[in-house]
Amino acid sequence: MELAVSGLTVHFGAVAALDRVDLEVGPGERRGLIGPNGAGKTTLLNVIAGELRPAAGSVRLDGRDATSLPPWRRARLGLGRTFQRSTLFGQLTVAENVALAVRARIRGSWRFWPARERIVTDEVERRLDAAGIPHLARRRAATLGHGEQRILEIELALTAAPSVLLLDEPMAGLSGAERQSALKRLLGLPGEVTLVIVEHDLDAVFALAERISVLDHGVKIADGAPNAVRADPRVQEAYLGSI
Amino acid sequence: MIPGQFRAASRPVFLAFLSLALASIPLWAPRFWIYIATQALIFAIFAMSLDLLVGYAGLPSFGHAAFYGVGAYACALLALGHVDGLVPLLLVGALASGLAALPIGALSLRTSGIYFLMLTLAFAQMLWGLAVNWTSLTRGTDGLIGIPRPTLPGLDMFNISLYERGPFFTLCLVVAITLFVLLEALARSPFGKTLEGIRENDRRMRALGFPTFRYRLAAFVIAGAVAGISGSLAAMSNGFATPDLLYWTVSGLALIAVVVGGSRSLVGPVLGAFVVLIAQLGLSTYIDRWELVLGALFIAFVLFLPRGLVGLVRRT
Repeated sequence: MELAVSGLTVHFGAVAALDRVDLEVGPGERRGLIGPNGAGKTTLLNVIAGELRPAAGSVRLDGRDATSLPPWRRARLGLGRTFQRSTLFGQLTVAENVALAVRARIRGSWRFWPARERIVTDEVERRLDAAGIPHLARRRAATLGHGEQRILEIELALTAAPSVLLLDEPMAGLSGAERQSALKRLLGLPGEVTLVIVEHDLDAVFALAERISVLDHGVKIADGAPNAVRADPRVQEAYLGSI
Repeated sequence: MIPGQFRAASRPVFLAFLSLALASIPLWAPRFWIYIATQALIFAIFAMSLDLLVGYAGLPSFGHAAFYGVGAYACALLALGHVDGLVPLLLVGALASGLAALPIGALSLRTSGIYFLMLTLAFAQMLWGLAVNWTSLTRGTDGLIGIPRPTLPGLDMFNISLYERGPFFTLCLVVAITLFVLLEALARSPFGKTLEGIRENDRRMRALGFPTFRYRLAAFVIAGAVAGISGSLAAMSNGFATPDLLYWTVSGLALIAVVVGGSRSLVGPVLGAFVVLIAQLGLSTYIDRWELVLGALFIAFVLFLPRGLVGLVRRT
């Protein structure tokens, strides 16, 4: 699925969090989105996902105008996301967390009678195996460690089988080994899945992304192949200037 | 593992024992206590319906009495209009309250937390005001009186009258058990699981593609309809319907029953309803300020047993 935003502008009070941002991500493309803290990366993801309405500009999914659609409608069009801070079902078990994501995809949640859902339980099992956390199935999400929560966070989004996946700092706070396994899981995504990844771990971004866009103070300052972006003097200035 | 197995096996046993103990009440209890138990059962249905909102959907409604009262008035009006069938009288209560819950839910559910609580309270008090002032329909504070007990085909053959306390109690018990089974099924259904997800994290549910507002509204309407059935039974039991049924203290008592018994379990509100009703009747005989004692009990539960009576046996 193709994702295209154009002219996106968002104001927080007097501050322009996003200023006429254009972004076009082709079907199956892996796009990195980087920039110093406060550059507007999460804001951009929130606008794409529908949680924030832009003051101006549009969001299109496969050419269809999605600017005024609520988040759940965009999700049904195939948009998935993870959150910067883990956004889980705290009092439910890990298996129940994943089961909700499975039901989101297969629908059928308007049934008022208990159903023996072999389809759901089988897939939950497969998903937990694939994520390497089958031993956590019966633990409550709120009791997991940070790294385990991040893995579940990613798995919830993957389970919904999105066509466009927005990842907001999926690796934040992960140990080296956890990073490697999360990266492997993301590299194993089907080729047709469009990916937009915000990440401070530049090694992970360069490993995943074919193209990189750079935001600084709400403005897109660079867009291109990783090496070209790395060499761009404006990017270097934005990063070095912020250190 | 042992406690889990014990729990899994003991729950149906406990429920069967509870049902049998309740069913035996007309055989041995004094007439006054049959009456109290009837009131408690009706209140238990009401509290169960509130638990669907408070416990499962995470919606702290402080205006649930609205649907208790609307059900009671709908049943009363139909009964006074010479309809005496049990099923239509119960259904009209459910229908009227479900219909009332639709706009109230649609507006209240645009907010959450304390704002939701205050809005539901405000709507319930508005309906209370309507019941007081729309005298041509409700006869104001006098209320609708002289509501006959319903009839059920076949009972006459056995010479059973629902005007007698024992049979009417048994009727309430059958309705309560039926609704318990249905609500329990609902809680375990995909819909119930979705409600729990929304309670835990509305934002994530929306990001996954669930139109969460619609699910919450459906839960609000279902809870309203079940409360309407309990209101119908209350009208039949008392023989009258007055604005008191809609007053905020009724909502408050139901919330206390849910918290004292334990939310998210359905058994909890039933136990809580019996505790609250028996406390109310027992205490008010001896102490004028019985609300004070009930309030202290409520505070003690919130502080020391936040998961209610069922929290004593349920570990998870």
